[in-house]
Amino acid sequence: MSTVAPSSQEVQRPQRTIGPLTWLRENLFNTWYNSLITLLILWLLLRTVPAFAQWLFSANWEPILTRPVLYFVGQYPVAELWRVGVGVGLISFFFGLSWGTWGGPVRTFAIALMAGYAVVALIPVSLETIGLTARLFMVANIGLVIAGLGASRTPLGQGRWVLIGWIVIFFLFILLLRGFEGTPLELVSTGRWGGLMLNLMVAAVGIVASFPLGVLLALGRRSNLPVVRLFSTLFIELVRGVPLITILFMGSLLLPLFLPEDVRIDRVIRAVIGITLFSAAYMAENVRGGLQAIPEGQYEAARAIGLNAPLTTLLIILPQALRLVIPAIVGQFIALFKDTTLLIIVGINEILGIGKSIVLGNPEWVGAQIEVYLFIAALFWVFTYAMSYSSRRLERALGVGER
Amino acid sequence: MSTGNGSTGNEQIIICREVHKWFGDFHVLKGIDLTVDVGEVVVIFGPSGSGKSTFIRTLNRLEEHQKGDIIIDGIELSHDIRNIEAIRREVGMVFQQFNLFPHLTAIQNVTLGPIWVRRWPKKKAEEAAMQLLERVGIPEQAQKYPAQLSGGQQQRVAIARALAMQPKIMLFDEPTSALDPEMIKEVLDVMQELADSGMTMLVVSHEMGFARAAADRLIFFDEGVIVEKGTPEQIFNQPQQDRTKLFLSQILQH
Repeated sequence: MSTVAPSSQEVQRPQRTIGPLTWLRENLFNTWYNSLITLLILWLLLRTVPAFAQWLFSANWEPILTRPVLYFVGQYPVAELWRVGVGVGLISFFFGLSWGTWGGPVRTFAIALMAGYAVVALIPVSLETIGLTARLFMVANIGLVIAGLGASRTPLGQGRWVLIGWIVIFFLFILLLRGFEGTPLELVSTGRWGGLMLNLMVAAVGIVASFPLGVLLALGRRSNLPVVRLFSTLFIELVRGVPLITILFMGSLLLPLFLPEDVRIDRVIRAVIGITLFSAAYMAENVRGGLQAIPEGQYEAARAIGLNAPLTTLLIILPQALRLVIPAIVGQFIALFKDTTLLIIVGINEILGIGKSIVLGNPEWVGAQIEVYLFIAALFWVFTYAMSYSSRRLERALGVGER
Repeated sequence: MSTGNGSTGNEQIIICREVHKWFGDFHVLKGIDLTVDVGEVVVIFGPSGSGKSTFIRTLNRLEEHQKGDIIIDGIELSHDIRNIEAIRREVGMVFQQFNLFPHLTAIQNVTLGPIWVRRWPKKKAEEAAMQLLERVGIPEQAQKYPAQLSGGQQQRVAIARALAMQPKIMLFDEPTSALDPEMIKEVLDVMQELADSGMTMLVVSHEMGFARAAADRLIFFDEGVIVEKGTPEQIFNQPQQDRTKLFLSQILQH
């Protein structure tokens, strides 16, 4: 056995330890203009952060702390709030179930949801602000997520059933909230629905409905049939050329003029239709971008093994195209969620409207809009960040083998 | 003319008569006449832009010919989509760029056609696919995605995918041109085995070693016409046309 020096093969990569000073020099002061920018930002932070912190502690949080539940459910009758509770509980359970069944991105979302419940349950404000019942309800929801996770080990935990379950509980939730005239579950018209609940529901319907519609429009715009292509292009360009506010106004004011007297479409449903159509047009263009990125060779390979056009689209083209545009699609869903605040202008009591009426409702709170809007902004940030984080997880989960 | 199904012996499985094609004003194929017998291996070569790829792509209607007749296994290639689909079920194709489906694993690439076109049950399709992956020498890569495979492995999956439809004819469009040199042999070995098993093959390629060993006939294409055809013996040793001689001297120099 010869003893060739093994060092020639096992040369260690040199390790470098970086002290804080070196780090500062290399990252913040490595050139004269970076040093300048560093100092400028430092100065800006010193000027703004302390002032903001001071404001934060002296601010008037009364409009929020007095009845926080208003921001979440609006004018929904207090005696009937248990319906909302049952609905939220069902959703918690299904998030747990989906986590166990699909894992990955849903897991992140479910954990974030539990963290949110925990925060509300433990938040250090008085029991008058968030009562014991509400806190216990939050804890119960954490339990329901975990119960759902456990249930995913049973035959219930099959992708197909979970998907059907989501659709069923969605409609169940809406029927439960609405109730029926002349029954013990009395009617609560959509005029009394409100708050973040309404924003989330409108966004959910908008997302679920505009996605397939957008995909169909995108395919339609690339269709070989002139009529389909023309209709899709016209629809997309027409809707994209009009601001969402205009569409909402038309749905709210113009549509009833064209419909017969006895046909009354619910105000909220009209708004949902408007948002869905608006979002579908943008969705179509996002999806079309993905479709255009698929190389011709994929179509040829699919044709060569005998797949017909619909199967090629469904099995080969769409899965690849949609994966490419996940970031754009999620970006659009986030925009749609935020756009639900525009419902305020057609008199629907979504969260922004609630906040506004709370501030205006009490003369002592005049001037406290900033606090209210900041609170609403923070709520939106939590939800939209959860969406964008999940989408990044989804991209990674689907990116298998695409490096 | 018989229906052609269940054909044996020296029956003609591909018949091309006076096939013309234009890309806009550019006349790519200028009257191609060619018949191929069952089990024959034909290698087509020629300078780039000579129309050789376009020609084999007309055989399964990836390109449409504008004049002349193409009859594959007794089915005439026309505008009738049913005829086109029937022919595509009979004809497998392997591409220069592999064109695997990147969102599917190797075995899913292979089972897709049988499951969705032939309507086979999943289990049957998977068993057949595993056999094919073994035949091309990469059963252990079945669960990997195309991007995780080398070029040579990808091309072998692509061959298995085409074979999964149990075609009577295999078309190869420059199957080794996009491969690194060390991977060319593994693909040619699979093609050689396929040729030995009696598959009817049309191969566009400049792999003259493969042509010499596997081809029954060589066809030299230039400027949209068949300049010369013959056995490997005739083409390599006594080419009749000056253009053939010149081209062979250019590609065989090294």
